[in-house]
Amino acid sequence: MKSLALHLAVIALLFALQFVLPPYHHTNIARVMVLAVFAMGYNIAFGYTGLLSLGHALFFGAGLYAAGLMANGGWTGLATLPAGLLAGGLVALAVGMLALRTAGVSFMIVTLMFAQAGYLTILYFGPVTGGDEGFVLPAAARNLAGFDLATETPRYTLGLALFAVALLANLALVRSPLGRVMVAMRENEERSRMLGYNPFTVKLTALVISGLYAGVAGAGYALMFGYVGASFAAIQYSILPMLWVLLGGAGTVLGPFIGALLMFYLIDLSSSVTTAHQMVVGVALLALVLFAPKGLLGTLRERGLKWLP
Amino acid sequence: MTTKLIGTSPNRRSVLTGMAAGGLLASGALPRFAQAQSSAPIKLGFQLHRTGIGASYGRWYERTAQAALKLLNEGGGINGRPVEIIFEDDGTDPRRGAEVVEKLASQAGVDAIFGPLFSHVVIGSAPRAGELKVPYLVCSEGYHVASGMLNRWTLQPGITDVRAQVSSMAPWVMNNLGKKVTMVFPDYAFGYDHRDFFTAAVEAQGGQVVAQLAIPPTETSFTRYLPQIPAETEVLYHVMVGPAVLTFVKELGEFYGTGPRPEIFGFIDSLEAVNIASPGLEFLEGTHFWEGHCRTQQADASEFEIAYRAAVGVDADGASVSDAKDVATYAHMFSTWETLFILKAGMEAAGYQGPADRQKLVEAIEAMTAMPASMAHPQGDKMFNGKTHQVFGHQNISKVEGGKLLRVHKTTLEDSMYEDAVDYTTMSF
Repeated sequence: MKSLALHLAVIALLFALQFVLPPYHHTNIARVMVLAVFAMGYNIAFGYTGLLSLGHALFFGAGLYAAGLMANGGWTGLATLPAGLLAGGLVALAVGMLALRTAGVSFMIVTLMFAQAGYLTILYFGPVTGGDEGFVLPAAARNLAGFDLATETPRYTLGLALFAVALLANLALVRSPLGRVMVAMRENEERSRMLGYNPFTVKLTALVISGLYAGVAGAGYALMFGYVGASFAAIQYSILPMLWVLLGGAGTVLGPFIGALLMFYLIDLSSSVTTAHQMVVGVALLALVLFAPKGLLGTLRERGLKWLP
Repeated sequence: MTTKLIGTSPNRRSVLTGMAAGGLLASGALPRFAQAQSSAPIKLGFQLHRTGIGASYGRWYERTAQAALKLLNEGGGINGRPVEIIFEDDGTDPRRGAEVVEKLASQAGVDAIFGPLFSHVVIGSAPRAGELKVPYLVCSEGYHVASGMLNRWTLQPGITDVRAQVSSMAPWVMNNLGKKVTMVFPDYAFGYDHRDFFTAAVEAQGGQVVAQLAIPPTETSFTRYLPQIPAETEVLYHVMVGPAVLTFVKELGEFYGTGPRPEIFGFIDSLEAVNIASPGLEFLEGTHFWEGHCRTQQADASEFEIAYRAAVGVDADGASVSDAKDVATYAHMFSTWETLFILKAGMEAAGYQGPADRQKLVEAIEAMTAMPASMAHPQGDKMFNGKTHQVFGHQNISKVEGGKLLRVHKTTLEDSMYEDAVDYTTMSF
């Protein structure tokens, strides 16, 4: 009950913030919320199930391009958003069927290879995908049930809606029997198997859910910001969600949002005061690894807030 | 133990006196503030590739813009107001690019944004500039502005686009180097622009592209592609980019050895910020390059060109005056200088006062046509097409002789023009 109240309070706070935030931060928070959905997806695979993937850019890119290419075909958000969700899930299913035959470092490498193949495929089919340059979504396609997502309030509302649904579904998932089995797989796969759970099925389910999150975040990003490009499917978009999750706290429901938020403002604020902002980010990450290896919320949970999901 | 300063605690009388004095000061200061507001600096945002793959360009773009800003302010600024530029790094990343546009427009409250080069960053950022209704003047060479992909707020008045560059030089290449061309280009959008526009221009001249070798971006060695160059090739056209170009040139040299080779024509993009006399690049001796602006100071350099070079701090060989190893991105960086002076001309024509006049600024730039060579246009005269938001300038073909790039041909403005694909002036703001 306490944890549900906390998560509802975060959603309520984000809802209220839109009325007081200055325009710049208004858009930033909308952006962070949709990227946090991507990070939450990553956290379901990595933080809860122990699947250290380096291929999530592929799932994000699948959602982004599904929405973008359909938008070019004249479809609007009502069709492109669910299409992005499904694309992320289906690609995760296909990758998972093969990659989950491996584990540990091999899993990392196989997922990285799949993502790299996906990235190169986008470049290869340049006439359709826009290649490395990408393309701008038609204005008419950036519409969801009559709301123009190129304007501030609908954009923020979509970001918040995606974030709220994703957050509450994530909370429900980790408190469900499936969520507990996912954690069991992370902690001791052999023992879970001995208890009668099929590791392959559980991990594949977690990866597909993770892919659904990444896919809908990709589609949401395309609709909200109007651009689709191959750089979103490149290696850094596999690493970024990992950093956000590690910063906020792997295996915590709110950690991915906190991590994405902090990382965004760390870059944004430090770039305003120094040209060496990447060093600031690097030092912050080093400090995190040294002094709070479980991330911010992970450390808080360890030091008293044991109820934090 | 604490120490208390006698007489520092405020009492009611002192507070009231202070408020009254403050009120008087405020009322007295108001006219002065209003006066100051009209002469307040014009703030421009510069979307800078300070880090990421565009960093070597970004370093010189910042220096060029700073030098232009100094000259601009020494000459009275814009409409008599001083100008300041806020530089913000976009990491050469389209997502950060859009965020930087947001930050400059919404938080710093700039009057206009300019400066980005890399196409994917421009295409990723332009939608946000359009939504925020902030003039966005790009220096990217991409055909994406004139193709109609972007919006009314995005203009490219400082540099010719790749379609114009490529098609304007094809006749000279056909007539002087050979009519059978093999093209080697990166296997993504940048390379495809060259492939499509150059092939069309070659065919229009009665030439023939005998092979097109698209190199995947992950390649680090090119030896397996080089035997695919047909023996009948008279001209080898290359536009490789990034660090791979050094390997490419070296392996090309090893492939042909001292035997006969086709004529070689490349884009200097491959070698911007790279010393042409670097070890391994000897094979480039006698080959030809496109240059937007000649790196080596030519014998007939205009007074504007010489003054521009001195103002930015570039020596006659195209390197920094303070470090001969720091080679400029000379063929492209003039675009930031010229774009700043176009902003000046546009703002003055529009009677620009503040962000409420942004639309007037775009309309004033759209109304521009001929841009004569001057200190505002040191690369040379240009012609701006307000409908397509694209400028057309002279292109240079240079030959490497003794480690220097010496111009052998300069195209006319008409050589580079093509039919309009869009009329942005009919679009709403």
